[in-house]
Amino acid sequence: MKGKITISMLLAVCLGLFAGLGNALADDHGFSGAPAVEGTAKADKLDACVAPTAFMRRNHFELIKHQRDITVHEGIRKTDNSLAGCVDCHARHDAAGKAVAVNAPGEFCSGCHEYVGASLDCFTCHATKPTGN
Amino acid sequence: MSEPIDKQRRAFLATASGAAAATAVAPGVFLHAVAQAAPRDSAVTDAVRYGMLIDTTKCADGCSDCVSACDKENGLDMLVKPEGASDALWDMQRPRWIRQVKLKNNLTGRVTTLPMMCQHCEKPPCVDVCPTGASFRRADGIVMVDRHTCIGCRYCMMACPYNARSFIHENVQLKPTAAPRGKGCVESCNLCVQRRDNGGTTTACQDACKQGAIVFGDLKDANSAVSQALAKYPSVQIRADLKLNTGVRYTDV
Repeated sequence: MKGKITISMLLAVCLGLFAGLGNALADDHGFSGAPAVEGTAKADKLDACVAPTAFMRRNHFELIKHQRDITVHEGIRKTDNSLAGCVDCHARHDAAGKAVAVNAPGEFCSGCHEYVGASLDCFTCHATKPTGN
Repeated sequence: MSEPIDKQRRAFLATASGAAAATAVAPGVFLHAVAQAAPRDSAVTDAVRYGMLIDTTKCADGCSDCVSACDKENGLDMLVKPEGASDALWDMQRPRWIRQVKLKNNLTGRVTTLPMMCQHCEKPPCVDVCPTGASFRRADGIVMVDRHTCIGCRYCMMACPYNARSFIHENVQLKPTAAPRGKGCVESCNLCVQRRDNGGTTTACQDACKQGAIVFGDLKDANSAVSQALAKYPSVQIRADLKLNTGVRYTDV
């Protein structure tokens, strides 16, 4: 009995390790992590984005593009309309509290972009989860 | 011949001009902050020009502290060898912002080691040849690539006399927020631009160098450490014959 428990515990630990390794390897691209939990993005607790929702739905890329140019060329890093800000606020978390990529299927960015068939190029280069650096 | 310097008068003038520069427009609101610790909210200007002086006599053979620090700061250590690529190919093509260069004087046998990175030219050949305007020189002298407009043609890599640029050949899986990068774009040293814009005063390579071989700062400020060092020690621009007026200078080359 005692031996059985030990073996099953070992198995559980091993499985846990494998799952952890899988997550680490598939960190940004695989989208294979645990599903996001509803209401876990910072944005879920706010009334509106940096501008009213109706405006953001139509014009969010204008804001990001403007910020992109002034950041790269003029060094302005205030975070009002930064993509890092979008990711930080809109990334949801899984049950373990781990961030889920904003461009994973069904997540904030892909939700609409996939539906309308508009390709999303930001995340070829930019981080898809808040990384803190 | 020259009058002795009145230190008290100088100190008074420095304080007075500092106070004038930080004129309050409303309580708690200043036109110019003395030290900028918060992220930038105004455009960079040509009032500063960032540059470096590298003392090659202090640069130790076999040391790669600056390269490792650069890799870590700018996420280059997160890049992995593409599947199927040989080690030799990866060694040749892996993105590196600092190269370790060893020079030998064949007459005397004297060996010099130095870190070679983007020299942040005043007249950068990479900017001249870029067909899309992606390669550009920021007002404060930092030569950068705007990867939003880079099409990956690599003309800049061919034009650079310092072999300072790298190309990202494969999709990048792990991307740090501060250093975005992706397949098909060229990149090179940007003098830790994220530190510049967030109020930092040093570069990662400078912080990592235990020998203190790298001095970084504003070339236009006569009181900056780099200007003082340049005034004190003989220095050269590498390939000065090209008249690019590099922002990175070396001693004892």
